[in-house]
Amino acid sequence: MKRRLLLLLPLVGFLVLGIFLFMGLSINPFERDSALMAREFPTFELATLEDADRVVDESLLEGEVTLVNVWGEWCPTCKQEMPQLLDLAERGVRLVGVDYKDTRDKGRDFLDTYGNPFEVNIFDPEGTLGFDLGVYGAPETFLVDRDGIIRYHHTGYIKPEDVRDTILPEVEKWR
Amino acid sequence: MALNRHRMLRLNVMLGLGFKLSLGFMLSLGFMLGMALLLPTPGLAASEVREFSDPVTEQRYRDLTATLRCPKCENQAIDDSESPIAGDMRERVYLQLQDGRSDKEIIDFMVERFGDYVLYNPRLEGRTLLLWGLPVALVLLGLLLVALIVRGRRHASARELSAEERDRLDALIKRERTE
Repeated sequence: MKRRLLLLLPLVGFLVLGIFLFMGLSINPFERDSALMAREFPTFELATLEDADRVVDESLLEGEVTLVNVWGEWCPTCKQEMPQLLDLAERGVRLVGVDYKDTRDKGRDFLDTYGNPFEVNIFDPEGTLGFDLGVYGAPETFLVDRDGIIRYHHTGYIKPEDVRDTILPEVEKWR
Repeated sequence: MALNRHRMLRLNVMLGLGFKLSLGFMLSLGFMLGMALLLPTPGLAASEVREFSDPVTEQRYRDLTATLRCPKCENQAIDDSESPIAGDMRERVYLQLQDGRSDKEIIDFMVERFGDYVLYNPRLEGRTLLLWGLPVALVLLGLLLVALIVRGRRHASARELSAEERDRLDALIKRERTE
């Protein structure tokens, strides 16, 4: 009798495989951690959006916990996200923008229209800094601690409730 | 007693049927997966025109862009994707090949930025041991099972009749003839 039950093994194996594959259906592939987590913010040397003559590098992010938001005028979600970023700035969070794959005129217009929560904006027309950050779309947001280490990464839209539920607690954690 | 044996028989038949069905299913699944791996994937040519100094580099470019996964898309290689980031990645692959970088250096460069997600061909390391090892282990387990079953059957059929069984058989034949 025991030996006969062994014949059920393939069926059990199949069921396990089925459950495993079924669970795979509900995994969101965009909820994956950034490869840069716990690593230094990539080195860069780019002009600012505000002043083409002012060149900044990664030392810009040292000394204070900073939220780096990658945006672009071409990105509709970035527009929807602006009120949340303005809210964060109002609550005393230091924000630095990366104007990603944009033109200077369009970028400036965007800030005029939707508000400017950023202390300064890094102008990245070729998307080189974005590439080194592993950005594959906008918006993306990185939390950088005072030593310039990336501590938190948010892909896509920051919902109003994300400000209170995830972003602010993370900022507090690394302050 | 007779009822009990009848029940046992039915149970055995059911178990056997379940075994054959699931084994058959697994085998056909394995066959389909195998065929999918053997068939060449028709990679769409990237939209850019690239010039290469030699065919070896060109082939490396094709191989690299076919095994790097687009981070924005759920299931496309970068050579097959219209996504802007895939275009940027193709550009980087091309430039780095021109710089004389090795395949490994280029792949490391991408993984450093976009994570293991971009690897269609995951590396063999501690974390991926199950991924690489499980299929091999399952095939070995299957072969072992088949070997055990075959051996068990051959053993049963090759066994000679005991003296008692022979007597019983003789008696049965005799009775058959006299009836």
